[in-house]
Formats: sequence, C-alpha cells, structure tokens
Amino acid sequence: MRPLRLAWLFFRVGALNDLQYRANFWLQLLQSAIQLGTGLAVLGLIFSQTPALNGWSAPALLAVMGVHILMGGVIGVLIRPSMERLRSDIRDGTFDFVLTKPEDVQVLSSVREIRVWQGVDILVGLVVLGVAIGQLQESLGPIEAVAFGVALVIGALMIYSFWLVVTTVAFWIVRIDEIAELFEGVYQSGRWPVTIYPEWLRVSLTFLVPIAFAVTVPAQALTQRLTPETLALAAGFGVVALLVSRAFFRIGLRRYSGASA
Amino acid sequence: MNATPIRLVSPLRGLVDVYLQEMKIAVAQQIQYRAANYMYMLGMVAEPVVYLVVWQTVAAQQGGSVAGITAGQFAAYYIVWTLVRNINIVFTPYGWEERIREGRLSAQLLRPLFPIVEDLGFFLGWKPVVMLLWLPIAFFLALIFHPVLNPSPLAVAVFAVSLLGAYLIRSLNQSSLGLITFWTTRVGPVFQLYIAAELLLSGRLVPMQLMPAWVQTLANFLPFQWTFGFPIEALVGNLSTAQLLGGLLAQLFWIVIGSILVRVVWRFAVRRYSAVSG
Repeated sequence: MRPLRLAWLFFRVGALNDLQYRANFWLQLLQSAIQLGTGLAVLGLIFSQTPALNGWSAPALLAVMGVHILMGGVIGVLIRPSMERLRSDIRDGTFDFVLTKPEDVQVLSSVREIRVWQGVDILVGLVVLGVAIGQLQESLGPIEAVAFGVALVIGALMIYSFWLVVTTVAFWIVRIDEIAELFEGVYQSGRWPVTIYPEWLRVSLTFLVPIAFAVTVPAQALTQRLTPETLALAAGFGVVALLVSRAFFRIGLRRYSGASA
Repeated sequence: MNATPIRLVSPLRGLVDVYLQEMKIAVAQQIQYRAANYMYMLGMVAEPVVYLVVWQTVAAQQGGSVAGITAGQFAAYYIVWTLVRNINIVFTPYGWEERIREGRLSAQLLRPLFPIVEDLGFFLGWKPVVMLLWLPIAFFLALIFHPVLNPSPLAVAVFAVSLLGAYLIRSLNQSSLGLITFWTTRVGPVFQLYIAAELLLSGRLVPMQLMPAWVQTLANFLPFQWTFGFPIEALVGNLSTAQLLGGLLAQLFWIVIGSILVRVVWRFAVRRYSAVSG
C-alpha cells in the first residue's frame, strides 16, 4: 500500500498548491465549455445528414464523447503532468533528485505532479454522460455500471503505460516535447467509437495507442455493446501493458546519466 | 584615421536579408530535429483522418455522397488539408505569452526590427522542411483513402499562391492575438475561442458546404475561411476562374487588414511592457 500512500501524499500537496490559484478554475471551465460546444456542433452536423453513424445513435455517440472528455480529464489531472515532469527532468539532468530518494523510481516519477483544475473535464464528462444515459432507450443496471467502472480503470492504466513507454524514450532521444502534441492529436480519434475506423487504424488505436480500451470499451459498457470477452481481453492486455512498460522503463533507466545537477 | 565606412544597405534590402537569414536558421534547426518534427506532423494528421473517416462513413450510408461531396472528394479535401494545416503553423499566442511573461522581449526590443518580422521569417523558413516531410504522409494517405481531384493548371497556381496568403493571414491574426498578453499574461482562453471559431468558420472541421447557410454567410465576413477552406477548395473544389482570382484578392484584403491591426495593437501594447531584470 506504500505506493498508494505516496500517491495520496503527492496528490494532497499538489492540490493545496493548485487550489491557491482559484481563477484557473474559471479559465479551465471556459476552455472545457468551448471544447464541449465544438464537439456538440460536430455531432449536430453529422446527425443533420444521417440518422445513425455505423449503428451508433446520437445519444450513444454522446456517451462516447462523455467518456472521452472524462478520460481526458483523468489524463490531464493524474497522468500527463507527472510524465511531462519526468521528461523535462531527464533532459535537464534533475532526474538525479528522484533517483536518490529511497522509493521505487517508477512510482515516484508517476505520482509527483498533478493538476487539479484539469479535473473540471472529469465533471463535464460526467454531466455529458448523465445526459447521454438519460436519452438512451436502454436501461442501465448495476452490472453495466460496474463493467463501466472496471473498463474505465483498465483504460486509464493502459493510457498510463503508453505515456510511460513514450516518455521513457527520452532516455535515448532528448527532444520529445512533441510527444504530447502527438498524443493529443491521436487522442482526438477517441471521440468516435473505434469501430468506425478502417481495420489498420482500428488495430493501431487498440494495441498501439490503447484509445479503444480507454474510451470505446467503457462507452460500450454503458450502451450494452460490451461482451465479457472484450472486457477480459482489456484486462489481460492491461496487465501486459503495465508489465512491459515497467520493464522498458527499467531498461531506459540504465541509459540515464545525470548532466550537471 | 582610415576607418572603414559602415556599408549602408537600403531598408528594403536589409529586411529581405533578415527574412532570408531567419529562414536559413529555421531550415538548419528543423532539419536537425527530424524525429520531433515527424511526431508533431503525425499528431496533426490524426485530426483530418478522423474527420475524413467520419464523413466517408456518413457518405457511404447516404449512398455515396453527402451534400454533393463524394467519398473520394472528401479524401482529396482532407489530404490537401494536411498540407494547408502545416503551412498554417505560425508563432502562436502562447509563444507571445512566454516571451512577455519571462521578459525575453526586452532583448528583441533593442533590435531595430519589428519583432513580428523575426517570427514571420523563421516560420516561413520552416515550411520547405515541412513540405518535404509531408510528401510521404500524403503518399500513404492517398494510397489508403483514394482521393479524387483534377485541378486545372490555373487552380494549381492559385493554390500555391494561396498557401502564402493563408500563412500570412494566420500569422498576422495570431500575432495580434498574442499581443493581448501585454495586458492579461494568460492568453489561453482567448486563443481557444479563436481556435473554436476557426474550426467552425474556416472549413477546418468540415467543408463549408456542409455548414448551415447562416454559418456560411457569417464566414463570408470573417478572415477564417481564407486560411483553410479557400486554399483547399482552390485545388480540389473545381472553382471558376473568377472564384479563384477573387479568392486571392480576398486574401490580400485580409492581409492588409491584419497588417494594420498588428501595427495598431503593437503601438498600444508595447507601452504596457515592463520587464524585471531580463
């Protein structure tokens, strides 16, 4: 439980830090509202031309969008800040200060930074999801709710593994600032169920960048499209992703040589 | 005393030299960071591919076309989009925010040069590198999505010129926007509003024909569509000669407006500037 206690500690410190800057809440809310507005405009445009997109009705796609925003918030609060810190620490040589601490390096590097206000997206995502569920014809039972929660956690862990692997590349290639841009770009594809994409893209978005597991699978759980097999596959692949990313991080770590510091 | 006299060059020649040097620096710098450049470009390709797949799906469901646009035309539109988007990478307001917040503008103010010239030159110099890196991406996208386009020679020429026009309009507008940071230090929300307006009113999100009529009318009074929709349509949209040349004129109009705006905003903005140490 030590990693969790550590994470909680850093979370509290980070939250206290961020909470000093209250105006950022409103700025973040405005940003989220703009993004939501654009997203809704696109949905409106599409459904003005067609009644359903590849079998997904408007409320079902709204649910996908809700999960997408929600997961984007989780990434923005918990995953991305620490990974960006890790990246800049490796480049600047200040990673030394992490290595000298008597804790698991990976755990420490993964929980050090959080950005509380990005959490607005989590709230916005939940509201969108609520509206979508209200519009869906199908009723939502406890089994679906649990499956949704499980799929969401698995998805978040996979996205974390992906970020860790990509950030680890910084041990070899120094300038990887654009990784964040690349991820943001690719993450936009999660706004739509991956089932609409052509085969090669669908496979890439499932196993290369695990957006299918992070967004589409939880959304499938809510819209009663999820089979137990898919959920089992997600869990299995999630474990593999965690193990592989940890191994890769350790290999990268050997490459590290502190500059200055 | 035999001091060599300082060789004076005309202001225009001097300015051209500055541009050329900035461009050279940009080429040299960006060629070094090929991997980073590619990551950036691939991230950017995701956006149009998503739009493209969605609209091709809709087109397939509607019996081949949406609002008269076929799947092949959608492919052409969004593949050309990727080039236009790359040409449209300019110095962002976030760059201005950093420059002003950290006081790095002080050094630039000492130079006998309007600071925007530097940005214009540098990002222009980046473009040849970007175009080179773009070719393989376009090739693969074309293999996958089967674009349909048959532009006339005039259309190709207008397209080439319109790329420069789009670059200038977007640069000037974003510079003006960046200058807001002289007052606010946080430009994020304003910039996001700008991007949202651009998405909806420029043809960046969807070809403008798909937009409701009132949106199209609104777009006619704004600069956005001349930075995305027009260059793309020039190449893929089978525009008439009058539309092509009229479009270039419209771009020129917005370049003039943008230049005046930057000058005026700059004049007021720079008075607000103060730096600690620097």
